[in-house]
Amino acid sequence: MQTLQPQMDTASAVPAPPLRSPMPRYDEEIIKYFTIASMFWTIAGFAVGLLIALQLAFPAFNLEPYLNFGRLRPLHTSAVIFAFGGNILFATSYHVVQRTCHTKLYSVKMAWFHFWGYQAFILMAGLGYLFGVTQGKEYAEPEWYADLWLTVVWVVYLINFLMTLTMRKEKHIYVANWFFLSFIVTIAILHLVNGLSIPISPFSTKSYTVWAGVQSALIQWWYGHNAVGFFLTAGFLGMMYYYIPKQADRPVYSYRLSIIHFWSLIFIYIWAGPHHLLYTSLPDWAQTLGMTFSIMLWMPSWGGMINGMMTLSGAWHKLRDDPILQFMIIALSFYGMSTFEGPLMSIKTVNSLSHYTNWTVGHVHAGALGWVAYISFGAIYYLVPHLWKKAGMYSTKLISLHLWISTVGIVVYITSMWVAGIMQGLMWRAYDKMGFLTYSFVEVVQAMHPYYIIRAIGGALFLVGALIMVYNLWRTIKMPTIAHDRAADPALVAAE
Amino acid sequence: MLESHKKLERNSMLLLIFAVIAVSVGGIVEIVPLFNMQTTIEPVKGVRPLTPLELIGQDIYVREGCNVCHSQQIRPLRDEVQRYGHYSLAAESMYDHPFVWGSERTGPDLARVGGKYSNTWHLEHLSDPRSVVPESIMPRYDFLNKRGARTWDVADKMRALRVVGVPYTDDDIINAKQDIQSQTMPDEDASDLQKRYGEKVVPQDYGSHDPGSPTEMDALVAYLQQLGTQVDFTTYDPDYELHATTGTPAEKGKK
Repeated sequence: MQTLQPQMDTASAVPAPPLRSPMPRYDEEIIKYFTIASMFWTIAGFAVGLLIALQLAFPAFNLEPYLNFGRLRPLHTSAVIFAFGGNILFATSYHVVQRTCHTKLYSVKMAWFHFWGYQAFILMAGLGYLFGVTQGKEYAEPEWYADLWLTVVWVVYLINFLMTLTMRKEKHIYVANWFFLSFIVTIAILHLVNGLSIPISPFSTKSYTVWAGVQSALIQWWYGHNAVGFFLTAGFLGMMYYYIPKQADRPVYSYRLSIIHFWSLIFIYIWAGPHHLLYTSLPDWAQTLGMTFSIMLWMPSWGGMINGMMTLSGAWHKLRDDPILQFMIIALSFYGMSTFEGPLMSIKTVNSLSHYTNWTVGHVHAGALGWVAYISFGAIYYLVPHLWKKAGMYSTKLISLHLWISTVGIVVYITSMWVAGIMQGLMWRAYDKMGFLTYSFVEVVQAMHPYYIIRAIGGALFLVGALIMVYNLWRTIKMPTIAHDRAADPALVAAE
Repeated sequence: MLESHKKLERNSMLLLIFAVIAVSVGGIVEIVPLFNMQTTIEPVKGVRPLTPLELIGQDIYVREGCNVCHSQQIRPLRDEVQRYGHYSLAAESMYDHPFVWGSERTGPDLARVGGKYSNTWHLEHLSDPRSVVPESIMPRYDFLNKRGARTWDVADKMRALRVVGVPYTDDDIINAKQDIQSQTMPDEDASDLQKRYGEKVVPQDYGSHDPGSPTEMDALVAYLQQLGTQVDFTTYDPDYELHATTGTPAEKGKK
């Protein structure tokens, strides 16, 4: 198995301190800030999610005009994807890049600018939605001024990350950093192209996107799908490639597989956007390409899942009583499940039923809650005692409680949406014996009611789980600091 | 392969460049050809830019996130065509910046909602959806009745849209405010408005009973009422390409 392990493992498995210059003091304060910000936005984002779930079940929860569903929905998606997801990606990428390169950050000032600049972006975007300032493109709602600001912040992030890589004391760039780098640079490209717009005046918040109609649709979903592909997948895979080996104390299963995983994933993902536009006015050839590549995407996705899972080879017993590892492995299971479901839903015949329905909502949440949030929770539980120099988490029991409450929440959520979505699709296309449509639209809306309630319950459980986590983290931070620095412990360097 | 990959692993710039190449191919292959308009958007008679009032309405539609729950894209499937009408054509959204096709049908598709209900119905329904459709879960938009349609920046909007390709003329822009008024004054002469936007634009009371000073509700209703009505499907020829090559004079369909 030696050849299948990352080369840098053997390099760093050599007793490190005598060969290297003294261990650098890593820049960890900035990582703490990003972690706390991420926890804050987690709760905010989940709470708004619960509110809009309730709005669909009981419209009385809408408070016009600022708290209507149409304005809150982008607030929810942006808060969880960009605020929660973004901040934890920054925290972990800054942590991983320093550890695996054995260096400090290129510029800690740039990192602080990145931190405050990004929080400012979140506020700009979020407040905008409440006041109706939006471009109306899913996951790219912020208006031109917020987009411009984000561009500046993002370029600073890219430069800082890249320069830290070039400063590394290791010969090889560790696989987690490939994923982080591709995530950062691809998001920059997507953001720039999709965000091109003309403000109606320099003093107005309103702008019109450069692209129109069909082109606008394809560029938006090229962006939208790859926001999933690179923000919510590649970035979090970077996290997976560091924290799972760390927590399991095993090297990554296969070096060769990680190379294949990386290149095939980033190459194929970018083509899959048109599967959001099947049977629309988008030209057929583009739809077919999108569908084909979406199906192909199944393979690299599962390659990555297998690589992560098999990292536990020889350490499966740890899964029995380590809830942090359980979070990570359940995350990979959901990753595997939703990356199978995605290609399935990209098949035109399936899509004709599933598109426009709650099945899509269920699919997104299987990925977002099951994969993105779970791998993040795992990383956070690893990271917090590590950063604040504690012996461990305050309570392992509470981690377990979080795990089970939120897992039940996810299952309730996605099964209710599967049933609702498939039912919705079937009711829309049902015909009676006379050849008329069986159901009026509003009958289908009515049929959704119980499922909307069940979904809200699932979401509430997930939020409760997150609150338990925040409490546990807070108690951990309050614990007495240990003198022994885990960071300097060479036994834990193995996976780097 | 593993040996050559080591070069990439050891050089962050090289890794960056290769990653950028890998993620660019798909986008370029799929997006660039779309700008060859002849094959992307079939020429269709009747599609026009929105009137200034409808444009204000569309901006409200986007601002309130109507497209979050309502699609504007009818797929060529039997049940959808039967429920909503003729499947959507690419040309019908060619002036939308951005597209508002939507991705969910929490509420019904609106691509052809224009003309299906009266202005009064829309006013009632938007103000209090459950007074008209008891099972509806749509939020109330009563506040739109209390806000005047914002006309002072409509010329700026039209100018920006012209930059990105919507064929508004100088004439359209100069007369924008005038046209907004005319469209809500059924008793006045509207020949100028109709000269610019076509005979189908008929001035009417969109609900506020206050001719000449429309509310946001009026603008939104005006926008909704034109959705899907621009193309005349009695003359639309889906096989225009076929006919063009065989000599049938269908290429006149070009606007």
